[in-house]
Amino acid sequence: MRVYAVVIRILRQFIHDKRTMALMIVAPILVLTMLSFVFNGEDLKLKIGVVNVPNAVIEKIEGNDVTVTKIEATEDIKGVIKEKDYDAIMDFNNEERKLYLEGSDPSINKAVVERIKGSIGSESAETKMVILYTYGSSDMTTFDYFGPVLVGFFIFFFVFLIAGVSFLRERTQGTLERLLASPIKRWELVTGYVIGFGLFTMLQSAIIALYSIYIIDLKMEGSFFYVLLVTLMLALSALTLGILLSAFAKNELQMIQFIPLVVVPQLFFSGLFNLDTVSDYLSWIGPLTPLYYGADALRDVMIRGQGISEIWADLLVLIGFSFVFIILNVFALKKHRRI
Amino acid sequence: MDTYPVQASVTKRYGKTTILDGIELTFQRGEIFGLLGPSGSGKTTLVKLLCGIEEATEGTVQVFNQQMPDLNVMNRMGYMAQADALYVELTAKENLEFFASLSGVKRTERKERIQEVMKLVDLEQHLDKKVETYSGGMKRRLSLAIALLHKPDILLLDEPTVGIDPSLRQRIWDTFEALRMKGVLILVTTHVMDEAERCSRLGLIREGKLIAVGTPDEIKTNTKSTTIEQAFLTYGGVKR
Repeated sequence: MRVYAVVIRILRQFIHDKRTMALMIVAPILVLTMLSFVFNGEDLKLKIGVVNVPNAVIEKIEGNDVTVTKIEATEDIKGVIKEKDYDAIMDFNNEERKLYLEGSDPSINKAVVERIKGSIGSESAETKMVILYTYGSSDMTTFDYFGPVLVGFFIFFFVFLIAGVSFLRERTQGTLERLLASPIKRWELVTGYVIGFGLFTMLQSAIIALYSIYIIDLKMEGSFFYVLLVTLMLALSALTLGILLSAFAKNELQMIQFIPLVVVPQLFFSGLFNLDTVSDYLSWIGPLTPLYYGADALRDVMIRGQGISEIWADLLVLIGFSFVFIILNVFALKKHRRI
Repeated sequence: MDTYPVQASVTKRYGKTTILDGIELTFQRGEIFGLLGPSGSGKTTLVKLLCGIEEATEGTVQVFNQQMPDLNVMNRMGYMAQADALYVELTAKENLEFFASLSGVKRTERKERIQEVMKLVDLEQHLDKKVETYSGGMKRRLSLAIALLHKPDILLLDEPTVGIDPSLRQRIWDTFEALRMKGVLILVTTHVMDEAERCSRLGLIREGKLIAVGTPDEIKTNTKSTTIEQAFLTYGGVKR
């Protein structure tokens, strides 16, 4: 079977081209790791101001990475936070206990709240503490929240690039012409590419997903199988789109020029930034991009722990994208041979 | 079997540029047809039309009574492009295996065929080397080996011996001769005049027009030249 011949050839090319193989697996891992450090710095030094808080409570909160300073009651909490660079101020002055968070950094907010709740959880059981944000709000995302989007994005990005360039090289090095002088059918060539890259992509997705979940420790509520399923479908759409667009590039550099045009904008509409705030003039773009659906499904699984009943529609759309791109590919090849 | 397996009557234009202008040619089984002409004269385009990668703007190419492109007919043809179309990151063997399975060489015969064609082009020692380590001449020979792999009835070879040393070139031409005796039709484009002498018939192309067809002797007689090179220059309007 000629499809099989193409599949075997592509896998052999991967095995020989160790650098590309490494790029596709190591680069996403590297970038995700760096991002996780950037957003989830482990050694957060928290600086908390307290007003009228009992010493017993202060002792519980204080620790290696938390400094607690007693300050005088003031009306201008916001000013004090700003001036003295506090991450938070606890105010037990009135009957209602209040926690003022600095608020602009979600990871710090989280750390402060966790620390305080962990320390005084039992004591404050009857008196609920009100959390107030000086800047920002509790709705702000954290790495846990956009991690799944980034996992999807990097898989999409690298599969798009590598698949596009390798199909492009098929053209520039003359092997496409040589292939089309053989009795291979156009759909056999495209299918061979999809399966060959698909097999490699499965491996890539599995490694990146495993790494993100178990090493970077991304929040993972749902089933690993669904994560794999979503990333694979997303990768297939990247693969078929990459091959398709390579038909419109003359060389590798022109292929790279598609990245800011086609790949990066997808990130803006994938939920990395709050979609509700996207201007109406642009919000229609999101639903046209595969990453929009991939990211949504990944978040459903990883953050909300949902299963197939929630993600099937996203998966279906992704399969639809791939299918349309495959058909367009078969047609694009007509340019090179009519039958 | 048809006496004229290949019949071409073609005009090819890209936009307003005419590459091939009303070329009429028939080829027989068991001949080596040499296509001569300066670079840019349309030789490569003609070869591509014959093997079905390109299609004529006007006219048709018939191979084994089928209008090209036809996938079944294409499997009976061996094509060697002017530029080596090889996967350089793969070994020679992997390239051969890939093209063998594309053109339907049976799994059981594959190994044997690969050995045969590689022996023919004197590359058996380098079967497991990556193609990126090959020299230009070695790549040329590997391309030729790939074209011969599935025992085609028609061989279309676009400058097959460029960069190959004279003694190996002689051997390759001996192979062509042996294939011709078996009834294979071989079409070669060439710049090398002593290769032209070894062809059964020659076709001279200039600016997309076929200016002369005949055996090497006929062509020399018609132009009162002693060598093909002189004849070629005479047809080109250059007097010596």
